[in-house]
Amino acid sequence: MNPLVVEQVTVAYDRQLVLEDVSFSVPEGKLVGIIGPNGAGKSTLMKAMLNFIPRMHGNVFVYGKPYEKQRHLVGYVPQRNSVDWDFPTNALDVVLMGRYGHIGLWKRPRKEDVDIAMQCLDKVGMLPYAKRQISQLSGGQQQRVFLARALAQDASVYFMDEPFVGVDAATEKAIVQLLNELKMRGKTVLVVHHDLQTVRDYFDYVLLLNKRVVAFGETESVFTYDHIQKTYGGKVTFLSSTHIVG
Amino acid sequence: MAHAALPGICIAFLLYGQKSLLVFLIGAACSGYIATVCIQFIVKHTRIKEDAAIGIVLSVFFGLGIVLLTWINQHEGGNQSGINDFLFGKAASLTGSDVNVLTVTAVTMIITILVFFKEFKIITFDRAFAQGIGVPVSLLNGVLMFLIVSVVVIGLQAVGVVLMSALLITPALAARYWTEKLEWMTLLAGVFGALSGLAGAYMSLITYVPTGPLVIIFATALFLFSFLFAPKRGLCSKIIRRHVERKKLRVKQLMYERGEQL
Repeated sequence: MNPLVVEQVTVAYDRQLVLEDVSFSVPEGKLVGIIGPNGAGKSTLMKAMLNFIPRMHGNVFVYGKPYEKQRHLVGYVPQRNSVDWDFPTNALDVVLMGRYGHIGLWKRPRKEDVDIAMQCLDKVGMLPYAKRQISQLSGGQQQRVFLARALAQDASVYFMDEPFVGVDAATEKAIVQLLNELKMRGKTVLVVHHDLQTVRDYFDYVLLLNKRVVAFGETESVFTYDHIQKTYGGKVTFLSSTHIVG
Repeated sequence: MAHAALPGICIAFLLYGQKSLLVFLIGAACSGYIATVCIQFIVKHTRIKEDAAIGIVLSVFFGLGIVLLTWINQHEGGNQSGINDFLFGKAASLTGSDVNVLTVTAVTMIITILVFFKEFKIITFDRAFAQGIGVPVSLLNGVLMFLIVSVVVIGLQAVGVVLMSALLITPALAARYWTEKLEWMTLLAGVFGALSGLAGAYMSLITYVPTGPLVIIFATALFLFSFLFAPKRGLCSKIIRRHVERKKLRVKQLMYERGEQL
């Protein structure tokens, strides 16, 4: 059974279609890159799959059941700039938020939850910064805290919205390592991604999106010059064809 | 929020005919809700940004509230009813039953906040994530809004509509300078608010100046003190730290220069 099946998702803002008839199905344990120009609806697709914005039409199934019933199986890493980093809290506290779903309403985090949060911080190399106020972290460190939080959630399917944007090389490396570890553990990860140069190295599958699905499938066969031109409306000229057709 | 509540309170008074906290609460909630809808409407259908929309709507509502308040004072014998005190607040106008209501509300608030602290924290910090892990965001947000409206309406009598928002925000701002933990900040904000209230009410009693402005003056004094003298985040400690760093740098520079000469 595929961990994620998206059927004919259509989204409109102010009576204007921003996503049309998006369907795809992801096999277990794959890293999927979502690629497309600005305004192609990449973030919108993630938010629509997570029910943050209403879908006009379409369904999302997680392990065979509607997303609404499988919420706990889905982890989300929002864009880093979506929160106020001056919020009075520390890194460990943010990672602990990933455990809230397990802890349940109104109960306090147990020792076990704190241990898990610490392990997750360790995995992204942020253990020394556990007690650091979050505004004092660099952009890359903040991104790693967000990733640790998603890990702490212990989901089966992960949605990550542009985790590679504005991070340093060390963080990029840490993220890639983490993605591969998640994959080894049979998790399925969807990543909104911008850098066309690294798509082949990072992802098993790609979804080329521009309001509609231009192409979806294994990176080897789908990430071709023609498809990219089609996705970006012929605006990608800086890429030499050697990068694309491997 | 407090400004938007004023017309609702006046209309509630006109309809009901006498002072009643519950009726005022309903009126305030209604006009607060209408104001929110107006703001959202403006943001969605015009090019005006949210902050400007808030400014426009709140001042219109406040103006409307003042007009109604003046009218009540002239026509309904409002002076006797004590609604006039809603503008600047008068703690002395609180009756025994008002105090009971205040107590019950305060206790309810503290319990609600204690019980749902973790949830309030996550929906304030990262609403999208909270929604993703199944926290009932809209319900809790509603509860939070209800708590705020209740506080506003109940506080109106004591500090008045003009300064209510200042009383909501200033103690929290002051508390932020002393701590990096939301738990402590919440507690400290409460303590600061209580201190300002106490001092303001006492001063009002002996000077015959309205309570509201005095409470806010004390709250602002606490804020200024925190702003200047808080360790780490305060202005003075920042200046001192910068000074020390500069000195260290100068020593290092000197050592480098000497080293080169040798």
